[in-house]
Amino acid sequence: VIVVATWDEQELGAAAREALGAAAQLAGALGEDVALVCLGGDGSGPAAEAGTHGAAQAVVVEGAVGAEGALAALAEVAGELGARAVLLPSDDRTAEIAPRLAERLGGTAVTQTVGLEISDGRPLWTRAAYGGKALAAVAAVAEPVVATLRRGAFAAAQAGAGTAEISTRGAPATNGTVELVGMEPAASGASLEDAKVIVSGGAGLGGAEAFGPLEELASLLGGAVGASLAAVDAGWASAERQVGLTGKTVSPDVYFALGISGASQHLAGIGGAKAVVAVNTDPDAPIFNTARLGVVMDCHTFVSAMLERLRSTQ
Amino acid sequence: VHAVVLLKEILDWELPASRFRVDAEAKRPAADLGPTLLGPFEQNALELALKLRDGGAVDRITAVLAGPGDSVDALRKALALRCDEAVHVVWDGIDTADPSQVAELLVAAIRRLDAPELVLAGRQAGDWDHGQVGYLVAERLGWAAAGLVLQAEQSGDRLLVRRAAVGGVEQLAVRPPAVLTVTSDPSLVLRMGSVMDRMAANKKPIERWTTEELGLTADRLAAASRLRLERVWVPEVERRCEVIDGDDPGEVAATVLARLEELKLLTRSA
Repeated sequence: VIVVATWDEQELGAAAREALGAAAQLAGALGEDVALVCLGGDGSGPAAEAGTHGAAQAVVVEGAVGAEGALAALAEVAGELGARAVLLPSDDRTAEIAPRLAERLGGTAVTQTVGLEISDGRPLWTRAAYGGKALAAVAAVAEPVVATLRRGAFAAAQAGAGTAEISTRGAPATNGTVELVGMEPAASGASLEDAKVIVSGGAGLGGAEAFGPLEELASLLGGAVGASLAAVDAGWASAERQVGLTGKTVSPDVYFALGISGASQHLAGIGGAKAVVAVNTDPDAPIFNTARLGVVMDCHTFVSAMLERLRSTQ
Repeated sequence: VHAVVLLKEILDWELPASRFRVDAEAKRPAADLGPTLLGPFEQNALELALKLRDGGAVDRITAVLAGPGDSVDALRKALALRCDEAVHVVWDGIDTADPSQVAELLVAAIRRLDAPELVLAGRQAGDWDHGQVGYLVAERLGWAAAGLVLQAEQSGDRLLVRRAAVGGVEQLAVRPPAVLTVTSDPSLVLRMGSVMDRMAANKKPIERWTTEELGLTADRLAAASRLRLERVWVPEVERRCEVIDGDDPGEVAATVLARLEELKLLTRSA
């Protein structure tokens, strides 16, 4: 069995559909079925879509709280089903869960994967390394494989015919050494992962106050605001806005990189963008190697001009 | 509480992609790409250890560096910031080791230390970017784990931890012994040591432990491997940037918007 886990609450999101797409490929090659494990809310929404997206069964786990709860639940379900692989969307939650789950199952974690091919009947994973400057092909020595999949790297499963057997269970107990005591929700604003347009600022912006005009620009374009690691480290933008290897992986239609030089760390997060518009005073900045459109200009000047233009045509 | 900080030296992570090359045969970066430096998330982990000591939650810090025999700058830096002890676990194989092997080595080293109750590791080493070692160490020691930690402070017999999570920041109460993996946060920029402390650090001893001393034969380390590295390469990037020139920012902005609309990437109600 190939297990796909989702934390989606209402319906299957893009990350889960991408994982189901990868699961279908793997299941086909290994002659296995796919099971969807639903860990968010009551899970009934995503479970209802499991069958039409290629899963033979859906397991809804109720009340699995936090990373500890999810880890215990996935270890139990994957163990019972004899999973040969567990596929998880790559994010801040699975960064912790994947290695720990692999260890508990006696298997192998493969993180930040961007590709999968079957070589001699065995899965060969491609993953990014060195901040995206290199790619590496790796094979797991021990099953099951617990893989985290980068957003936008795998083709999503398309809805078709099919039904899944749905079961529901409670979450197994955890040992209480780590307790979730509170949550500080991210400041409101459009989700970076789902945004069609992202306006992102980096070190070249020079200060937190420059993010105000970026908010307005993003809002006029119907998009979201992102930031580079340098801008987050400087305290100009909050961590959940960070795009890059250690932040969000995004796949918008247009990604405005404003005052972002284009360190590999950052580029690793924007590979899925259809077009990057780079604005930088340094014509030799590496970001121009990735950009579709480039403007050599002070980014404050550019943002002001964009705002003026967009306000006047509203 | 005796805290252990796990350090690693890596190739300069700001080396531009245009200069990065790999040795395909050795399945690793080319040997001449420059010196190794203390990794960015390891710097954050070290700073968190120092902050916990400032706050009284930690009274002793041991810095452990796993790496080849030729560089201990990271340990000198840790000593200059008044870490109490420095241990160099010498292993030339670390460059191409998988996370399971590195964890095997570090678990053996941690078990040899004097009753540590807290391990701080970077969220991922900025070379292979696996992001696994801290968690594997926690599981193998049977300790609690919390990942992507931004801040931590003591509260009774627990550590109150803020960590990056999907949808915001989670607050956790963690009961030691525990492993925390640390991510970047404005509060975790590594402090500068004083000149006096740096000079004093040069006189402090660095313990050297070999794999054999830790009871790890080459066979045992090989058997710990879970990931087989088949191939490493540099992805090709095709430059196709269309530069939009102009002295009038208003016109440049208009051209950018018009081009994005032509490319059907942007639709505006206007």
